[in-house]
Amino acid sequence: MGDLAIEGRGLVCDRGGRRVFAGVDFDVSAGEALVVTGPNGAGKSSLLRTIAGLIELADGTLELTGGDPELPLGAHCHYFGHENALKTQLTVRENLEFWHRYYGDCGVSVLEALDRVGIGHLDHLPAAVLSAGQRRRLALARLVVSHRPVWLLDEPTAALDVASEVRLGELMSAHLLADGLIIAVTHGSLPLAETKSLKLGEARVA
Amino acid sequence: MTGAFSALFVREIRLAVRVGGGALMGVLFFLTVVSVFPFAVGPDLKLLSRIGPAILWIGALLATLLSLDRLFQSERDDGTLDLLLLGEHPIEVLVFVKAMAHWVATGLPLVLAAPVLGIFVNLQPIAIGAVMATLFVGTPALTAIGAIGAALTVSLRRGGVLLAILVLPLTIPVLIFGVSAATAAVTEPTPFLTPFLFLCGLSLLSMVFAPIAAAAALRRSGD
Repeated sequence: MGDLAIEGRGLVCDRGGRRVFAGVDFDVSAGEALVVTGPNGAGKSSLLRTIAGLIELADGTLELTGGDPELPLGAHCHYFGHENALKTQLTVRENLEFWHRYYGDCGVSVLEALDRVGIGHLDHLPAAVLSAGQRRRLALARLVVSHRPVWLLDEPTAALDVASEVRLGELMSAHLLADGLIIAVTHGSLPLAETKSLKLGEARVA
Repeated sequence: MTGAFSALFVREIRLAVRVGGGALMGVLFFLTVVSVFPFAVGPDLKLLSRIGPAILWIGALLATLLSLDRLFQSERDDGTLDLLLLGEHPIEVLVFVKAMAHWVATGLPLVLAAPVLGIFVNLQPIAIGAVMATLFVGTPALTAIGAIGAALTVSLRRGGVLLAILVLPLTIPVLIFGVSAATAAVTEPTPFLTPFLFLCGLSLLSMVFAPIAAAAALRRSGD
């Protein structure tokens, strides 16, 4: 998977009859992180959802090279959105076990993944009693427990404390080293050394 | 793929039986609706036993619809739906598995509760058996057809009522064959088997086509 790359050209997104963004171009390849910034309403989240295939592309081309040709781009992606996709009635472990089995095994066990995000000791608790930051970390464990080459992160640092932010940085760096690819939306700065950036609202790769 | 969907099935059942799940709610609603009927109809035992199968069927239909509106909406509300759609598995199968898990958790208890409620409406033992048999093969059709409505109304805040309006007309054939098979079992010359087989056919047909329709609706729900 060394030559994995995503190329977007002239992307246009319409939502509810309103044009959110137009003429967005970007390139990301394996081992690179693209940080998308821009004012509120510039379409950062819409861009991520468009890449995942959750919103239909109004115009432009979005191409994945080096992936599995039988699967759509969305099936290569881990989407880490605003919502944590947790069931509060299930325990921490049951929540993660489900995604582990649904998205497929990558050699990391559920407990290992929980440990890696620092909530291994909470595995038997119902997700309902977790704090906002702990829920975010549980959602993050989903990216660790199954392998998908593309990470689409929407405000990944929201609700995380400093220590968790460092941990997130480690996870992201490890993912990039393993020839993964990250597209992240953020208002702050990401705990990563080197990133490409895309500013929406001006829509050009700097 | 089997592993992914068996995981989904197990999760659905777990969610249904835990606090706030739909499993118990459906049966309780069924019980309430059916036990209200004799109060309205009055103490005419003959009349009750004649319309008994219809009462049980209407009760089961309403109980199924009541719990269906959360089938996809609860997944959408917490962001799970996006992630389920991003799986590498066909969405049609996803809908089918969710619908069947829903049936096991809420439809099957209705079938099992039917004998008790049959006594409330003065059904003969043979009629109770017939109602159970028709509910057993008919309720999967109700769940499958309801899943289309649940998928269509997934992005609406108060989709429950619209769901009922959309789905109830579509369930009329199931209701007709279900009730006529159940009554045919006790009224002499009319055969039980003919409407019963029609009911089986309707059930199989809707289990095949409803997931396709619901998946199409879910694919368009991301916006």
